[in-house]
Amino acid sequence: MVVSLKNIFNDAGSVTLFTIRFFKEVFKPPYEFKEFLRQCYIIGYKSLPLVGITGFIMGLVLTLQSRPTLAEFGAESWLPGMVALSLIREIAPVITGLICAGKISSGIGAELGSMKVTEQIDAMEVSGINPYKYLVITRILAATLMVPLLVVFADGVGVLGGYAGVNINSDISLFNYFSKVLESLDFVDIIPATIKTFFFGFFIGMIGCYKGYTAANGTESVGKAANSAVVAASLTIFVIDMLAVQLTDLFF
Amino acid sequence: MQQEQKTPVEPAVVKGNDGVVIEINGLCKSFGKHNDVLKGVDIIVNKGENLVILGKSGSGKSITIKCLVRLVTADRGEIKVFGTDITSLDYKQLNAIRVRIGFLFQNAALYDSMTVRENLAFPLKRHSKNLSAEQEEAAIVEALESVGLAEAIDKMPSELSGGMRKRIGLARTLILKPEIILYDEPTTGLDTITSREISELILSIQKKNKTTSIIITHDMACAKLTGDRLVILKDGVIEAEGSYDELEKNDDEWVRSFFI
Repeated sequence: MVVSLKNIFNDAGSVTLFTIRFFKEVFKPPYEFKEFLRQCYIIGYKSLPLVGITGFIMGLVLTLQSRPTLAEFGAESWLPGMVALSLIREIAPVITGLICAGKISSGIGAELGSMKVTEQIDAMEVSGINPYKYLVITRILAATLMVPLLVVFADGVGVLGGYAGVNINSDISLFNYFSKVLESLDFVDIIPATIKTFFFGFFIGMIGCYKGYTAANGTESVGKAANSAVVAASLTIFVIDMLAVQLTDLFF
Repeated sequence: MQQEQKTPVEPAVVKGNDGVVIEINGLCKSFGKHNDVLKGVDIIVNKGENLVILGKSGSGKSITIKCLVRLVTADRGEIKVFGTDITSLDYKQLNAIRVRIGFLFQNAALYDSMTVRENLAFPLKRHSKNLSAEQEEAAIVEALESVGLAEAIDKMPSELSGGMRKRIGLARTLILKPEIILYDEPTTGLDTITSREISELILSIQKKNKTTSIIITHDMACAKLTGDRLVILKDGVIEAEGSYDELEKNDDEWVRSFFI
């Protein structure tokens, strides 16, 4: 019990120091711009198919599941607005965040973990290159920037999925559908939901990098780093989401 | 059982060299409360000398050279490289020293996601910013030619054999023209012929570039071929020191057991 408590405090301390180091080094030159762009491509562009398919299915399924209940009250015309609101405010950010935790955080954890185990990080260190700047800062920045863009993409595709769902049982034009969607949306629905995704991205990158960068020596630790990165990042997304909803209620 | 206290061997200085490049005094390192790996290691390496460190697995050989570039932080002791105690340097000052030291890792530690060309260009771009693309390419080709692998320039590390990986790792080390090279078990996992080729390469690099080297090895053929002087680590201290021929005839049976 005492040992596990000590480990928890040790971990919390290490993560805090790791995060403080990020803020200390992020503004200092040299800037690894090329590596940052490469990471944006890997984290952002390469996640597009997965996020797109998931977003479309989310919109479609949400519409199909909600229709019977709304039909009971004769409120089927609310379907486009309700689906768009649910997707943009909550479902798309959280589901996309979880997908990114699974794909990006574990990928970073496994990549940096294997680099650590095979002494590639040490090789950078001894050749006078700051591996934290090259490996960690670029990945965290790329995740912070790309996850919100992926969420916006998922929002759009999800709404299109909703259009497909509505059209399975009735006939509505795309123009009409989007008019109803836009009527039901306000900036207050979009802005806080988008702001929280920057935090999702930051923590997805940070946790993946921390788990990989601090992996112990041995191939077993690579798997552990990837696995614990997914668990910790997923949990963090729910905690951030809960805080964001409370803060949104207070201020908007 | 009480362990017999041994007087550490005084570090020997080879006469006729240009001066001391590495000086380690009283180096101690432990991992946890009851795992003292190094208990006061004293080593002196002269300019242009090849020092071989021998010892059983877990005797602290690799930790000693990792302390030299502060990949591992020493608990106690003084580590002077080029006359500067590296234990008290800040990160920037330390990196200025690290650039002058090459380190060949046991598994070469090539960057998996980069081609051989990119592996070599990576440190070069960061430390020689005024180089044109042609000069950079020429430096890469020269480093690869010096290890006899110019044809591997566009290969990925996964396409290389163990021996080739070691050579490319050495080329990456050489590209910054280091004054000191630290070899961590350069022939481990290689067949006898490739091991000999790597040992000969180490020797030719020393002669051509006038580098100072520390070679950690279990391979006695490599130690014999490359070492100007050998030290043997036991229980965290230097147990014996001398040339290959001297140590081969040492009175201590344990020391002689390395040469059987």
